[in-house]
Amino acid sequence: MGKIQSMEMVDITKTFPGVIANKDVNLKVESGEVLALLGENGAGKTTLMNILYGLYKPNGGKVLINGKEVNIDSPQKALELGIGMVHQHFMLVPSLTVTENVALGIKFKSKFSMNLDRVAEKIKKLSELHNMNINPNLLISDLSVGERQKVEIIKALYHEANLLVLDEPTAALTPQETDQLIKWLRSVIGEGMGVIFISHKLNEVMEVSDRVEVLRNGENVYSTKTSETNIDELARNMAGRDVKLPTAERKSKYGEDIVNLKDVWAKNERGIDALRGINLNIRKGEILGIAGVSGNGQKELAEAIAGLQKIYKGEIRFKGENIANKSVQQIIDKGMGFVPEDRLHMGTIPGFKVKENMILKDYLRDPFSKIFLLDRTYINDYCKSTVDEYDVRCPNINTPTHALSGGNIQKVILSRELKRNPDALIASYPIRGVDIASVQYIHEKLLEARDNDMAILLITEELDELINLSDRIAVIYEGQILDIIDAKEADKSRLGLLMAGVKEGVS
Amino acid sequence: MKNNLKEILFNIAVLLGSFIIALFLGSIILLIAGVNPLVAYHAMIIRPVSNIYGLSEAVVRAIPLMMVGIGISIAFRSKMINIGGEGQIQLGAIAAGAAALALPGLPKVILIPVVILAGFTAGGIWGGIAGWMKAKLSVNEVLSTVMLNYIAFQIYLYLIRGPLIDPSELAWGTGVPQTARMPDSSIFQRLIQGQRIHSGIFIAIIIAFLVYFLLWRTTFGFRLRAVGEEPKAANYAGVKVDKYLVLAMILSGGLAGIAGSIEVIGVHHRVLEGLSANYGFSGIVVALFGRLHPLGVIPASFFFGLLLIGAEMMQRAVDIPSALVISIQGLVILAVVSSNLILENPKYRKKFLSFFVQKL
Ligand SMILES: Nc1ncnc2c1ncn2[C@@H]1O[C@H](COP(=O)(O)OP(=O)(O)OP(=O)(O)O)[C@@H](O)[C@H]1O
Ligand SMILES: [Mg+2]
Repeated sequence: MGKIQSMEMVDITKTFPGVIANKDVNLKVESGEVLALLGENGAGKTTLMNILYGLYKPNGGKVLINGKEVNIDSPQKALELGIGMVHQHFMLVPSLTVTENVALGIKFKSKFSMNLDRVAEKIKKLSELHNMNINPNLLISDLSVGERQKVEIIKALYHEANLLVLDEPTAALTPQETDQLIKWLRSVIGEGMGVIFISHKLNEVMEVSDRVEVLRNGENVYSTKTSETNIDELARNMAGRDVKLPTAERKSKYGEDIVNLKDVWAKNERGIDALRGINLNIRKGEILGIAGVSGNGQKELAEAIAGLQKIYKGEIRFKGENIANKSVQQIIDKGMGFVPEDRLHMGTIPGFKVKENMILKDYLRDPFSKIFLLDRTYINDYCKSTVDEYDVRCPNINTPTHALSGGNIQKVILSRELKRNPDALIASYPIRGVDIASVQYIHEKLLEARDNDMAILLITEELDELINLSDRIAVIYEGQILDIIDAKEADKSRLGLLMAGVKEGVS
Repeated sequence: MKNNLKEILFNIAVLLGSFIIALFLGSIILLIAGVNPLVAYHAMIIRPVSNIYGLSEAVVRAIPLMMVGIGISIAFRSKMINIGGEGQIQLGAIAAGAAALALPGLPKVILIPVVILAGFTAGGIWGGIAGWMKAKLSVNEVLSTVMLNYIAFQIYLYLIRGPLIDPSELAWGTGVPQTARMPDSSIFQRLIQGQRIHSGIFIAIIIAFLVYFLLWRTTFGFRLRAVGEEPKAANYAGVKVDKYLVLAMILSGGLAGIAGSIEVIGVHHRVLEGLSANYGFSGIVVALFGRLHPLGVIPASFFFGLLLIGAEMMQRAVDIPSALVISIQGLVILAVVSSNLILENPKYRKKFLSFFVQKL
């Protein structure tokens, strides 16, 4: 089959038990253009792309390539046709090397042997050609999120894909990596690649795409050239209403310290110092933002406070008591909330029902359970009202959580953590992968919690989010707090410098 | 509603279909062995369900299978694979036997629970060791449970040949490795005159419901399942993952231990060689067939009980080597388990279902 000049999806319909994920959806991409596919969480974007990639079989509709109907019944078929896809949640085997992961998708001539050296060589070539700097012999588990994504892209390039689907590629990337990716996209569309780009970050969409297609509740609702629209209009079409992100009202008075870290040192999984003498305080009724390029100790900092990461020096005071290295349960009981970075495997149990995940931290308490018996009636009522209150889109509360869309899983976690009304909350990347209407909602909730005297530690890479929500911003760099600045005085360029490790006045 | 009926019919059709295929393949084996398959199958399938003896014996076998199967289901819920059923049964049996022999004076209502508890404790310790090795030393539980089987077997043999051997065996000089008869106050009542079926079946079914309740209605079960589904998230939610791995294995081994005690006080009335009868392994198949659900294990164990007694009856009827009987039994198990897979996998299910509906 020749190159893909155009790909068209016509009247695609896909239902799951209890939901219509796609309803008569139409979509067209041509080579050399970037189509942005937008929509709220659960709008059906990933489902539609999984159909294109042969992972799901649609209930109706067809796919045309260069005007001819094709039957894509497996990812292998999709790759053969030249369609590559990078998934929202990566599909790599962590215990295998880069080469082995790429080889998994290859049809070798012989069924009994595969020439891994050849594969490795080609990966190396591709990596050089595209400036990706990937060592084919490393294990996936040793790679950062950004590098894993490059492996996924290389996997697609290996099969000479010339239609590339990127499902929320920038959700977990650092701003630098995002810039790199966008630059790379520009170069490949120049060479005739077609790209479908899914993102909730509308400024990126404006920057990179040629056309936009918006889905709502599984249907096409808006389609336009990027040059003829703007961010507000896109947000309005996604949500079906105007969206305005809130900003924190400045306060003049804060309460006492709720969380206080003194000279905290901790090693990461590889035995390297990830926290090197952190000093921080979070006050009652305050949002303390943590700015920093991902991988500078944010994860360890959050987990140390939550009790999931051992520290070997220093103390962490929570409401006056040293909780360093206390058990997770004790820290939860004392009133600590935590929205972790890894929402699928730490924040929720994928195989558990939505309702089970909603009570993951409360099941031990009256009225959720009495002595040791779970009160099912109470739990059901509680979860039903939480689903309504937080607008979690799921068929019902008995659905397994992994069947929810990414943003809705995040809402399950947030609802659980906020409804417990903890004294302190650590929120790691709370809006990662969340649609703009939900961002508004989550931000409002966080601010409301702050105004009700919660002490919040907000870890994020989105500078806008930090500046809009925080009272103070601490910049973390290589496991140390480089500086803490008042959010009133913060601006992006100053934060940017600090995040790169440059402190004013010091050379 | 009508669709539901169709589904049920379909399930039965798939099960029956694969059963027939297995029997057909088995008949080839039988023909080669020079036996009339019809006679053999009549003995295997019809006879067990056509008289009291067959049914009673099926239930007798279903009881230990149920206990072991439920135990394996619990372990599996926390993602532990317990292959150590044999050893756990044996140690449970020996502990139960020792307890009963040591306390013959106790009234029945006290002695029977004590005996069952003794079996549970011994099996539980044996399972717990494997759990602890997994949690603290990261020793794969498949490896450790298999090894623990060997050790348990030697302990078992030593005890029934030495310290616990029936004194009259020594007096008569026969030396059959078995303990003395259990005191009457420890023995389960026979339910039908002249048959071996005993009241242990009620205990087994009650335990099945208790375990169901424990797993899905209590905070303990919530934690246990959380650890199995996603240890990282369980840890995040405050569950001590290691502790629950060990607890799951203790429960799992404990139930196998109960199987051992029930065999002693319900069937053999002594601890003797060969008592575990491979239930520790067959229990794995029963657990899988029961979809690793305590209530699913109940019918699964009855079915396998029938299969086991059917195989014995076939062997007696046509007099073929037991290896052949075992292989036919294996074929049937394979057929049932794989048809189960067809029923579970939506892709195959759809394919078969549409075919089926067309023909209807
Ligand atoms: N395997 C599945 N089983 C059942 N329902 C599913 C499954 N996959 C998706 N859904 C449902 O289909 C709908 C569309 O989900 P999809 O993942 O396509 O959303 P999305 O637009 O990609 O959202 P997000 O931006 O949050 O990733 C949701 O309501 C979701 O719950
Ligand atoms: Mg998605």
